[in-house]
Order: sequence, then structure tokens, then C-alpha cells
Amino acid sequence: MKFGRLILANLFRKKVRLLLTIGSFAVALFLFAFLGVVNDAFLRGADVVSADRLVVTNRTSIINTLPLSYRDQILGVPGVTSATFDLWFGGTYQDPKNFFPQFVIDPENQRKVFPELAVPDDEWNAFLKDRQGVVVGAATLKRFGWKLGDRVPIATTLYGLQGKTFEFNIDGVYHGKDPKDDETQFWIQWEYFEQSIPERIKDQIGWYTLRVARPGDAPRVAKAIDTLFMNSPNETRTQTESAFAANWVGQFGNIKFLIVTIGTVVFFTLLLVTGNTMAISVRERTPELAVLKAIGFSDRAVLGFILAESLAIASAGCVGLVLAMGALPALSGAMAGMLPPLLIGPQTIAYGVLAALAVGVASALLPGIGAMRLRVVDALRRV
Amino acid sequence: MVRVDERGKSGSLIEVRGLDKTYRRGNEEIDVLQGLNLDVDKGDFVAFMGPSGSGKTTLLNLLGGLDVPTRGSVTVAGDEITHMSRGKLTEWRARHVGFIFQMYNLIPVLTAFQNVELPLLLTKLSKAERRKHVETALEIVGVADRMNHFPRQLSGGQEQRVAVARAIIADPTFLLCDEPTGDLDRKSADEVMSLIRRLVEEYGKTVLMVTHDPLVARQAKITLHLEKGVLVEAGERREGVAAGGSS
Ligand SMILES: Nc1ncnc2c1ncn2[C@@H]1O[C@H](COP(=O)(O)OP(=O)(O)OP(=O)(O)O)[C@@H](O)[C@H]1O
Ligand SMILES: [Mg+2]
Repeated sequence: MKFGRLILANLFRKKVRLLLTIGSFAVALFLFAFLGVVNDAFLRGADVVSADRLVVTNRTSIINTLPLSYRDQILGVPGVTSATFDLWFGGTYQDPKNFFPQFVIDPENQRKVFPELAVPDDEWNAFLKDRQGVVVGAATLKRFGWKLGDRVPIATTLYGLQGKTFEFNIDGVYHGKDPKDDETQFWIQWEYFEQSIPERIKDQIGWYTLRVARPGDAPRVAKAIDTLFMNSPNETRTQTESAFAANWVGQFGNIKFLIVTIGTVVFFTLLLVTGNTMAISVRERTPELAVLKAIGFSDRAVLGFILAESLAIASAGCVGLVLAMGALPALSGAMAGMLPPLLIGPQTIAYGVLAALAVGVASALLPGIGAMRLRVVDALRRV
Repeated sequence: MVRVDERGKSGSLIEVRGLDKTYRRGNEEIDVLQGLNLDVDKGDFVAFMGPSGSGKTTLLNLLGGLDVPTRGSVTVAGDEITHMSRGKLTEWRARHVGFIFQMYNLIPVLTAFQNVELPLLLTKLSKAERRKHVETALEIVGVADRMNHFPRQLSGGQEQRVAVARAIIADPTFLLCDEPTGDLDRKSADEVMSLIRRLVEEYGKTVLMVTHDPLVARQAKITLHLEKGVLVEAGERREGVAAGGSS
């Protein structure tokens, strides 16, 4: 690396400019890492769900309900080994901002269908015996500073309840077996809920989740279920859990599109800023480049120096990714419980580094080619 | 022996034949060089003079392979450079030409040492060998004690001497100097000129130099005037200049 010193000397020619340019990269990459993390958190559901689970929703929309009576018919479909149901409770704790998902569940089948959300047996038995009992995910428990045995008030405006407040006893805490599992849910007893709502909306559930014997059976089972309820007042849509999760996220808007758009704008802006900086920095040393060429440095060497400089700046900017990793706990704290656990995946890091290097090359390319084409005689005449 | 009449013996170090250079500016054509001939032998020290705009810089650029002529040929040590590709010319310059410009043209972010080392980066020399060569060159030009200074920390004369060291470091076939003292006071100019003369007399270097200053031109063995696109011999040989390979 005998040219290293020349490249380094050129880099440090204007220290403030160098710092600002590295800073632009760092800020962009910091933002990129955060976007990646949020994107990951939203779409993670789609990765982790096992292919041997299917979700049955109302064909019209996932917010429409299905009759409870469908359960036995679904269990009758060959290939289905177990089924449970959930209903969106839609409550709030103290303040509507304190969002977390509460599901009215079917205690009998919950653990058969979701074995990865583990509850100790004694806690589970206590929950089964307590009509007002709930099992809470570890993340939500921690978020609100609750502990086992606490009595918590949750109000809901759904189901004609007009802000009625329910009191629940925390009988159990569940933990995901994988760090990616969602630990934010709040499970409410079906019976208790049923007794509290008006007659006309009883025996309605939100969606069924069922297990199939072999993942390969899934398409056939899904088809069989949807055929079964065709032309009934409540037609069904049976899909894999990942498709369901994606639909669910889709309710909050097209998050992926949003994130990709913001990310693209960020990097495009970065390209303009660094491209301009590189252009200025190359232009102001035109005579020096001419001297190098007169001495015998080739056109390609000159291009190489400029590319190396730009790549060095881009690499230094990757400190933004490191900063993002450091700042992650703070972000996790701020988003507590709203999203599954936040992680910066190796993929996000790799894409970040690649994007930075690509911007580095792209911003140096035009000035670099200009320097390559530069004729010594013209450049020296200009001084 | 320096000749301008196209009858130089074949085998001169530098052999220029029928050199034309025409610049085009819009519709206007400017014929700067018109059928110029020149023969320079190893160890010669030639000064070019002529009014501003007569084409002195143009001629040096053509001799140094920085530009290509409209017609004619330049042959150096048997290599015809006029038809070389851009890349070949660059390699050729690295091996054969040392440039000294009026405005020193040192790289401001590199120290004197690093500036002088630049041409050696294009060779296969090891770091230790490069260091030895650079120190020797700086010794010769008399700024060894300033080798870790940056150009802005040097006087004009010192800068130009560093530039001379950079020009000779790779032991080129010949040196091209475009008004090497144009920006210096009398005393610094004298120092630089005696340095260049030493290069010719002690080290047998071949030097072609453009200057406006008759006092500077007198240091050369011969002064050629650029008039109407060709060179004419006007100066007599200076006495007292050692033969140094000139015949
Ligand atoms: N790239 C170019 N395009 C057009 N004309 C040019 C170009 N380069 C040089 N010329 C013209 O060619 C002529 C010779 O220029 P040159 O620089 O060789 O003169 P010079 O003898 O070195 O002058 P000076 O003593 O002022 O340095 C001038 O008229 C100049 O304007
Ligand atoms: Mg000139």
C-alpha cells in the first residue's frame, strides 16, 4: 500500500469537510439501521410462523367475526389435528396510548396450538380455575411493571361495552421459546368475556388457528375448509399464518413501501451530498492531478485514488451502524411492547455496508472519470 | 551537438522532424509550430527563448509527451513518441522525462520528502531503497534539512529545489523546465540555476529549458529562439561550460 499515504494525505486535506462527509454517511446508515429494524419487527411474524399452522378468517375482512359453531366442522376436516380461536378484545390500560394486543382465547386448546408460548403448569392451572384470570406475555408484564397476582383494569369500547372496565388477575406469564416470539399478548378467558357481552353478539369469534398433521397437507386442508363454508352467511378465508400476519400488518398501512421509500430518499440525498463534495474536492486539485499524470501516474491510477478516497469515507461512515446498535436498547425502550423484540440482523448490517460502498463508488465516479480524462496540458494552462 | 536544420546525425538523443502544431479556436486556426526541427545530444543544455505566445510551452509539451503534434515526429533515444497511445506515453514519461514547472507544482498535502518520492512509487524499489534515493536527491539540491516540511513551509527557492529533486529522482533521460525561475527573486533564481548547471556538468543530465530571462538563458550551452514556428540559433556557445557529453 505504498499509495496509502498519498490517499490519506488527500483525505485529510480539509478536515472539517472530511468529518462532515463521514457524518452524512453515518447519519444515513444510522437511519437505515433503524428502518431495517422496524421493518424486520413488522415482518418477522411472516418468518417465524410454522407452516403447519393455518388461520381461518371471515372472507369479507379479518375484522369480521365467525360463528363459534364452525369449530367442530373445522375439526372434522381430515388432516386437522387441533384448533383454537381468538377474538380481538381491543382494550386499553389507563391510557389509550398504552397499546398492546389482548386476545380472548380458548383455554382448552391454546397450548396445543401455540406450544412455543410456554406457561408453567402451576400458573396455567391457576389461570384455568380463575374466571377473571389472564396470562400475560413477559414483555408486556415488564412494560407496565406488573407482577404475578396483580389485578389490572382494562377498558374496552368494542362489543357495545362503551368503555366498560374489566378487572383481571394476572395468574400466569408466558415466555416465547425463541427470542423472536411475540411476548406482548394478553390472554383473556373466553367464558368470562362471553358472560359480559350483549346476547346478540355472543358465540362469535375473530379467527381460528389450527394445526395440520403434515405441512404438506396445508393447501388441501385450506381448500377443504373454505369449500365447506362456501355459500354460508360467513364464508371463510383459510391461509397460512404468515399470510395472515402480513395481512394484519397491512392493516397498519403499507409499512414496507413506506420504509423502502424513506430509505431510498435517504440514500439518494446522501449520493447528491457526497457526489457534490467529491466533485468540489477533485476540482480544487486539478493542477495536482495534472502534475501526477505528468510524472507518470496513469489515468486509471488517478481514478483509483479518487475511488479509494471515497470508499474510505463511506467505510468510516459505517460507524453509523455501530451507533445504531448502541442506540437500539433506547429505541426498544421507547417502543416497549408495541413491536416484537428489536434486533439489528446481520442482513441489515450487510445491506447497510453495501449501500454505503455503492454510494461511495457512485459519488466518486463522475469526478473520477473527469480526472481520468483530464489532459495535463489543459489543466496546467488553467492555473 | 544541438542543431535546428534537420541535418543532425541520426542517433541524436532527441530528434525532432517537421513538427507542426495547430490549435483550433472556433473557426480560427493558430499555427504555433510550423515544420520545426531539432537535434539534442546527451548532456546538452538548451535554453529556448521567444516572445510570449511564440509556442515555447507548446514545444516542451510535445517533447515531454504531454501533447501530440499535428504533424511531424519526436524521437527520443530511438523511441518515436508521436504515435504512442495515451497509456504508453504515460509510462514513457515516467521513465524518460523529468518536469520542472514555473509554479513548483508540489503536492501541498505531501512533505518535501513525500513529493520527491512520488515518481519512485511507480518503480519496484523497496521502501528502504526509496528512502535512500530521496535523501540523496534532497542532499544534492540542498534541502535535506527541510525534508519533513510541507511546501507552504518552504521558500519559493526551496520549493523549486524540491521540484528539481523530484524531477531527477527517477534518473530520467532528460529534464524539461518551463521557466523554472520565472517566479523567483534573483538570488533564489541563481541558486536554482547553479543547481541545474551542476546537474548538467557533474551528472551529465540533458536539460531543455524555457526562459524569458537572458541571464538565465546564458547559463545554458546554447540558446535557441522560437520565431514564426521554427527554432533559430542565436546565441553563441558559452565558454567555460564543460563538454559534458556535448560534441
Ligand atoms: N489549448 C490551446 N488552444 C488554443 N490555443 C492555444 C492552446 N494552447 C496554446 N495556445 C496558443 O498557442 C500559442 C502558443 O502558446 P504557448 O503557451 O506555447 O506560448 P509560450 O511561448 O509558452 O508563451 P509564454 O511565454 O507566455 O508562456 C498561444 O497563442 C496560445 O494562445
Ligand atoms: Mg509558456
